[in-house]
Amino acid sequence: MSKVISLSEAIKQYLHDGDTVYAAGFTHLIPFAAGHEIIRQGLRDLVLARATPDLIYDQMVAARCARKVIFSYMGNPGVGSLRVVRAELEAGHLEWEEYSHFGMISRLQAGAAGLPFMPMNPTAAGDLERANPRYRTVTDPFSGREVVVVPALNPDVAIVHVQRADQDGNAQIWGIIGEQKEAAFAARNVILTAEEIVDEAVVRSDPNRTLIPGFIVDAVCYVPYASHPSYTQGYYDRDNTFYLEWDEISQSRPRVQAYLDEWVYGMKDRAEYWEKLGPTVHARLKIASRPSATVDYGSY
Amino acid sequence: MIPYSSPELMTINAARLLRDGDVVFVGVGLPNLACNLARQTHAPNLLMIYEAGVIGAQPARLPLSIGDPTLVSGATAVCSMYDIFALYLQRGNVDVGFMGGAQIDRYGNINATVIGSYDHPKVRLPGSGGSMEIAAWANRCYIITPHQKRRFPEKVEFRTSAGFLGGRSERDRMHLRGGGPQAVVTDLGILEPDENGELVLAALHPGKTVEEVKANTGWELKIVPTLRTTQPPSEEELRILREELDPTGIYLKGGG
Repeated sequence: MSKVISLSEAIKQYLHDGDTVYAAGFTHLIPFAAGHEIIRQGLRDLVLARATPDLIYDQMVAARCARKVIFSYMGNPGVGSLRVVRAELEAGHLEWEEYSHFGMISRLQAGAAGLPFMPMNPTAAGDLERANPRYRTVTDPFSGREVVVVPALNPDVAIVHVQRADQDGNAQIWGIIGEQKEAAFAARNVILTAEEIVDEAVVRSDPNRTLIPGFIVDAVCYVPYASHPSYTQGYYDRDNTFYLEWDEISQSRPRVQAYLDEWVYGMKDRAEYWEKLGPTVHARLKIASRPSATVDYGSY
Repeated sequence: MIPYSSPELMTINAARLLRDGDVVFVGVGLPNLACNLARQTHAPNLLMIYEAGVIGAQPARLPLSIGDPTLVSGATAVCSMYDIFALYLQRGNVDVGFMGGAQIDRYGNINATVIGSYDHPKVRLPGSGGSMEIAAWANRCYIITPHQKRRFPEKVEFRTSAGFLGGRSERDRMHLRGGGPQAVVTDLGILEPDENGELVLAALHPGKTVEEVKANTGWELKIVPTLRTTQPPSEEELRILREELDPTGIYLKGGG
């Protein structure tokens, strides 16, 4: 049965005030279109989890969607400070829970595997483990040594952007695969946005590339260019210029509000947003082709 | 001697620390440039891996973020973030890690988290990212940073990643698999840990003085008995950096 619905319908149906959300993707495939739709629908008190909050959570925090962030690196990647989230933390307006990347990803790995926690070797750094009581240590029953553990993270909703999916939600991703698979398996509900909805036969022609099986997916939304200003490998480039511009914009809250008014509240959907970006931006994000050699699965 | 900027000087000196065949956990910016420079000079078999889960990257253009798509196209492998930290770093497959941070202390501990109290931060910094585990588990760690007093306090306010803790014996007792910081490359010279894990001045860059370094270090800095002077950047090193790796000077300009 087809799970294809509009993004606005998917957010309406699966996301509720107070939910824990994991909008997946490490630099790559960040689901900005879904973030903007969440802002437009005015969701509140969300717990926003991501290894790198990135601009998507900076914007959602600015739009007052969040009560708390869970993260492991809070910067504007390649640029510097993530100004809105940082200012809200410094002002005491936003709760936070912090890990190292490995701690954060281990939480998802545990959540995805149905385990209560995940062990890691000690790092001896100490201070973050003291600051965040959800870091614990246990004794390895085999060696008697101490290991560090973090609890499973099971978000209410994972949002994952993919290159292509079929209408059942079998999703194929290539390029940096970050924590998309883990987020999807860890979450209670999974919303996909896809650059392309393809025939099931396309998926079946290359099953090794399917990271997320359709049966754990709830909604499939056809949203080309959904990850701008992040990128989709093989489809369009990262908009590094915008990441720099956001550094300027986010130095002033009125400018952030003006940005949200113009580019989020003022837009009906991602198609309108992409159109508004215009030919200069489209040209800057265009990439040349570099296809892989095909593999032969054989006919049996 | 050709004039050069501080970032160029630091990048070239960091590149010289890398060995042919090293597996390096790379960050963007100067470490990425240092690795590419080493690969094009004395270390053609250097293997670059990125915390985004990219192995054997051969970036065709200058990567502008840790997850730049140019890292993926032409790489030998891509894996999940869990795999890069678990199978590659934790398992012991990484020779070299590069670190940065707002503060580096006497024993090479790094603060990348907060200035002021953790719960009521005066300045909230980005946090660990991959650095907590890199510092613990890479065989050798190198730090690249400008030499300023505020960056070199006697003791970090928050220990995001472990250097030698309170001294080498303390780190030894923790049985970490990595060897800890091996060198801090600054725009004035190179600090290295002594037998007690304390960072001491091991080399000066051409034209820099011990007094300058001392004035910009927040503890009573010791000097090794046989203080070295680094070789000035060569014409070839500067050419590769300027013409091939960062032609528009995104990372290498400035700093004088």
